[in-house]
Amino acid sequence: MKFQKDLLGIKQLDADQIQYILKTAESMKKIIFSESTKAPQLAGKSVMTMFYENSTRTRTSFELAAKYLSATASNMAVSSSSVKKGETLIDTTRTINMMGTDCIVIRHENAGAPHLVAQNVDATVINAGDGMNEHPTQALLDFFTMQEQMGSVEGKKVAIIGDVYHSRVARSDAYGLLKLGAEVVMAGPRTLLPNDLESLGVKMYTDVDKAIKDADVVMPLRLQLERQKNCFFPSGYEYAKYFGVNEERMKLAKKDALIMHPGPVNRGLELQSSLYAPDKSVIDRQVTNGVAVRMAVLHLFINRNL
Amino acid sequence: MTILLKNLTIVSTTEVTTGQDIFIKDGIIEKIGTGLKETCDTVLDLSGKIAFPAFFDMHTHMRDPGFTYKEDIETGTKAALHGGFWGVAAMPNTSPVTDNVPVVEYIINKANKFGYAKVFPVAAITKGLEGKELTEMIELKAHGAIAVSDDGKPVSDSNTMRQALRYAHMAGMPVVCHSEDLSLVNGGVMNEGATADRLGLRGITRAAEEAAIAREIILAKSYNLPVHITHISTKGSVELIRNAKKEGVQVTCDTCPHYFSLTDEACEGYDTHAKMNPPLREAFDVDAIIEGLQDGTIDAIATDHAPHHFDEKKVEFDHALNGIIGLETSFAVACTYLYHTKKLSLSKIAELMADTPCKILNLTPAEIKVGNVANITVCDLNEIWMPTPENTVSKSKNSPYYGRELCGKVTTVITDGVLKLS
Repeated sequence: MKFQKDLLGIKQLDADQIQYILKTAESMKKIIFSESTKAPQLAGKSVMTMFYENSTRTRTSFELAAKYLSATASNMAVSSSSVKKGETLIDTTRTINMMGTDCIVIRHENAGAPHLVAQNVDATVINAGDGMNEHPTQALLDFFTMQEQMGSVEGKKVAIIGDVYHSRVARSDAYGLLKLGAEVVMAGPRTLLPNDLESLGVKMYTDVDKAIKDADVVMPLRLQLERQKNCFFPSGYEYAKYFGVNEERMKLAKKDALIMHPGPVNRGLELQSSLYAPDKSVIDRQVTNGVAVRMAVLHLFINRNL
Repeated sequence: MTILLKNLTIVSTTEVTTGQDIFIKDGIIEKIGTGLKETCDTVLDLSGKIAFPAFFDMHTHMRDPGFTYKEDIETGTKAALHGGFWGVAAMPNTSPVTDNVPVVEYIINKANKFGYAKVFPVAAITKGLEGKELTEMIELKAHGAIAVSDDGKPVSDSNTMRQALRYAHMAGMPVVCHSEDLSLVNGGVMNEGATADRLGLRGITRAAEEAAIAREIILAKSYNLPVHITHISTKGSVELIRNAKKEGVQVTCDTCPHYFSLTDEACEGYDTHAKMNPPLREAFDVDAIIEGLQDGTIDAIATDHAPHHFDEKKVEFDHALNGIIGLETSFAVACTYLYHTKKLSLSKIAELMADTPCKILNLTPAEIKVGNVANITVCDLNEIWMPTPENTVSKSKNSPYYGRELCGKVTTVITDGVLKLS
């Protein structure tokens, strides 16, 4: 299987490449739970994480994935770096590149920032989330979790609920799930739904019940409370009541439907607190699978020429 | 000093005449006819080429004073000359802002020093472009400013715009409106639509442009005053202005070559050379803009020539500055996308690029006529070429047309009676 230099989005991958990454992640997952979490795939390679936006789980997940495969993993602390002195993104990443970095994992508030970096460095660039554009490794871990639980996503109905407009996770999930043959529906307040994802074949509802009806997977998205100030929604109370995922609403979904969440969860807002439990949702599994998928991605993209 | 131009097709706003020679003596067109035999200092055989009245651009950013690392009056007027323009109107968002007499005089004097193209300063509507106090419009006009505009920083307060229209009219200053409701832009960086969704970029609703245009129209109508809307880009804007004109409102407008030739898909790959304000729209907007040009709703083609340094463009799309250069490609784009597609005649292009822009600004347009000073732009309609950073005269190289083939080129320019490009 041939991979490009960079993983910038799910948009660039075809179904075979996605499945190949997921297949590789299966064997990676075994490493995580083995006696020695030290495999040799990335020995002698260096991975730099550069997070221009706050993150705990994604950054840690990438760092561990790199370390489990014997890479030298470092993190550039953006807040204390020359970025604060006004250095441009291209110049900062060129500098990192010239230190012999094989792979730059970047999260950035601006859509397209990883693409800009990728054009200007010869290191592999992995997009760890860019603005409202894509979050490819989150989507891959979502697919991995769905397939692990259901065998295949083909013909399955996946309902993504909430702030779709600002969500790079929703977009990456939609691009990939459509390629893998799933049915994707989305629901949320009109102000938080994008205008034109429907042209790709995604159904949009403002009635959450309609989206959840007979769904195989229900995925509420994190709501940023500060969006209330920008008139995206009136209050947390109204949001939770009419757009939140709760036990009552889940009765509309298929029996044993999966509840997933990209995290971190606002308990009681987009997801009823009681549903965030190992027997009710697969959110904890997603986290573990995230490490496995990132190990697969780092290995396949950094070692693409092997 | 005598010049003989031979075997031209002469285009005016009303007719196209083939096989013509033009005899120019001491800068004045002395004779137009077939087979002229005058002995001249310079004889140019221009068989197969087209003579237009020289063009005028009513919307240019010269960046001088203040931002001369992007463009200055020397390079900007040279770019204008290469695009076939005898003159340009320079927008006031300079530093210091063109809101005072010394800046107006500086601009005029500097342009005269080089003599590539004339520059007519457009003064700010409000001091410092801050949208609060009116500029000294009578005084600015007396020293050579030809219009007022809020380009780049729209007047948000409706009462300020109301008073500006009334005072400017008294002062004999046309008002050129950059119509944009900033509250509706709300952080957007490109057109709202499928492409913005696909790129994960924040969209700008068409309503941001249209709501502001509706306001200008209503103000113009309320006081029966003229208003000019610059760089319209949406189907809705064309409809608003078409209906206002039917009602007799004194509204005129222009559009730019990119709004009838490109769509927001040019932003794919986060190409910042396709980022401008208003943003590139969709195919149905492009069609509506062309219909507006055909039926006279749109009065003029302007370039909105907006040079930016590559450091201001080679950044994240969100952070890239708005604007593209356009002086050197304006005719070629019009020729490719309007003439060769049979949407507009050559006479109509002469009207949109040479005649009406001047009339809106109370200037005398170029006209190829015996007794007139020669202001002639000669074009080859069939020359296929590709704009590149290397063949760009402007100091900045931010064009979305790099790598796109265009058909039609300005080859020879005579302005003020002098052969300046051949």
